[in-house]
Amino acid sequence: MKKIGILIEVRNGEIKTANYGVITAARGDDHELYAFVLDGSAERYKNQLQRYGIPKVIDIRQEQGIIPWNPELWSQTVTDTMLHFGINILFGLTSAQGRDVLPRVAASLEAPLVMDCINVNVADRTVRKSQFSGKVTATIRLKGSFSIYGIRPNVIDPQPAPCEAEVIPYRVPLSNGRMSIKEIRQPELAGIDLTEAEVIISGGRAMAKAENFSVLHECAEVMDAAVGASRAAVDSGYAPHYMQVGQTGKTVSPKLYIACGISGSIQHFAGMKTSGVVVAINTDPDAPIFEKCDYGIVGDLYEIIPMLTKQLK
Amino acid sequence: MKIYVCVKHVPDSAANIIVREGNRFDESVKYVINPYDEIAVEEAVRVKEQDGNSEVIAVTLGSEGAVNTLRTALAMGADRGILIKTDTRPDSIITARALKAAIEQDGKPDIIFTGKESIDSEGMQTMFRLAITLDMPVANNVVAFSMAEGRVTVECEREAGARQVVEMDLPCLVGAGKGLNNPRYVRIPDVMKARRKHVNEIDLESLNFKRPSSSLEIIELQPALEKRQCHILKGKPEDVVKQLVKLIREEGNFFLKTR
Repeated sequence: MKKIGILIEVRNGEIKTANYGVITAARGDDHELYAFVLDGSAERYKNQLQRYGIPKVIDIRQEQGIIPWNPELWSQTVTDTMLHFGINILFGLTSAQGRDVLPRVAASLEAPLVMDCINVNVADRTVRKSQFSGKVTATIRLKGSFSIYGIRPNVIDPQPAPCEAEVIPYRVPLSNGRMSIKEIRQPELAGIDLTEAEVIISGGRAMAKAENFSVLHECAEVMDAAVGASRAAVDSGYAPHYMQVGQTGKTVSPKLYIACGISGSIQHFAGMKTSGVVVAINTDPDAPIFEKCDYGIVGDLYEIIPMLTKQLK
Repeated sequence: MKIYVCVKHVPDSAANIIVREGNRFDESVKYVINPYDEIAVEEAVRVKEQDGNSEVIAVTLGSEGAVNTLRTALAMGADRGILIKTDTRPDSIITARALKAAIEQDGKPDIIFTGKESIDSEGMQTMFRLAITLDMPVANNVVAFSMAEGRVTVECEREAGARQVVEMDLPCLVGAGKGLNNPRYVRIPDVMKARRKHVNEIDLESLNFKRPSSSLEIIELQPALEKRQCHILKGKPEDVVKQLVKLIREEGNFFLKTR
């Protein structure tokens, strides 16, 4: 039996949907899956986790109770739990949290790690991931006593595989970390992170000013979408950096990507190439984006999007 | 203060990457300093400018050509450079150990800056490995930085624009994210001056560090295929929107949560 740990990520007290894709990727005939739950709600998550084929749910705390978010402490916790249970394979999400935890675990175990995997073969210990911002797909082999895989959110469809789960309490001994988290500041418009969104609506240079993004935000609201921006829009100051899709921005894989007024630079494609369906709206029929989308609309986003919002309501 | 900044020589983001046999690609493209590393250099130089008693040392691991990326860092204000020369493409595990060995051989770092990731291999881990092997705290994707009395306060970008405010003691490692600063434009006189700055070249093989037992091996590269066939939705805007709504709602591979 291969013991595999899955680092469970939670948002607003619920397991993130993208986690079920990670679990699906980690399953296999001779695999025994251990869910690492750090927020104290293991009992509550048991039903959903067993639905996706997790037989062991580890309720991980420290003596004093729940371990507060701190990348150093969480990494120490995950590392300790792996060693305690004899787990040498770990799966997690390539999310903001995963990016801050998985590499720390890998460093302290001297384990090979591949982030942003789009495909994993546990038996071969090979993965596929994009490099050069989506221009190239690399096949990488991991060698060593451990393997750690960070999965790109949404690229693996969650498939249920029901089983019976048990909750195993575990208390980790923690030493003090050397970084302290003073506060977490939320942005004015809190929403879904682009890298985890199932639907993204993005604006480009044609947005012309920051206020015009409200057209996209209104449409995003009815679709549960995240709003993105091209580098041109970010560099012109119409949108903040964290909304940028593409090279030097975020790499995204939503099921639906709607590009509004984006001409489609090589760097932008690089960041949204692995999206499901791509729809482009642009007034310029010769815009390069029309060569790399599934559906194109030659038209004015300020006319099309509000109409779309209205009809979707 | 001794400020080290780790930089990587990478293909320009606009470069067309042509895959050669096996795990090679055509390297005769334009190379630049990794854009996040450029932000790291800028921040390192700003720290130096505030504290006159500092030295900024740029370090890179790469082929002979990587010296050009060091020159960019020197032109931006770094004082000298270290090139760890290799014709191989070392993985993050070796890179972190080599950087550690080269830095320790050179001096005692008070702070190390890196970019938050490289835009070529996108490994997202070297800075963590480097910091942890040096036994330093590390914060990555930093978008605000300040330092006072041996303590560093940074803001790290979290999901959807949230920020995490972190405090740590020196020495520490800071991984620069976009938005931390706007790197300065390099002027011709700076480029000329940079040519006279010292670059210490070391062979990777000559560095004294324990070779790791784990590794990441790229066994194959493939060009990412673009399979999309564009269907233009035709008609008046109202009709186009109707078609769009239909395909959003009904296209089998995507379901929309309706409220």
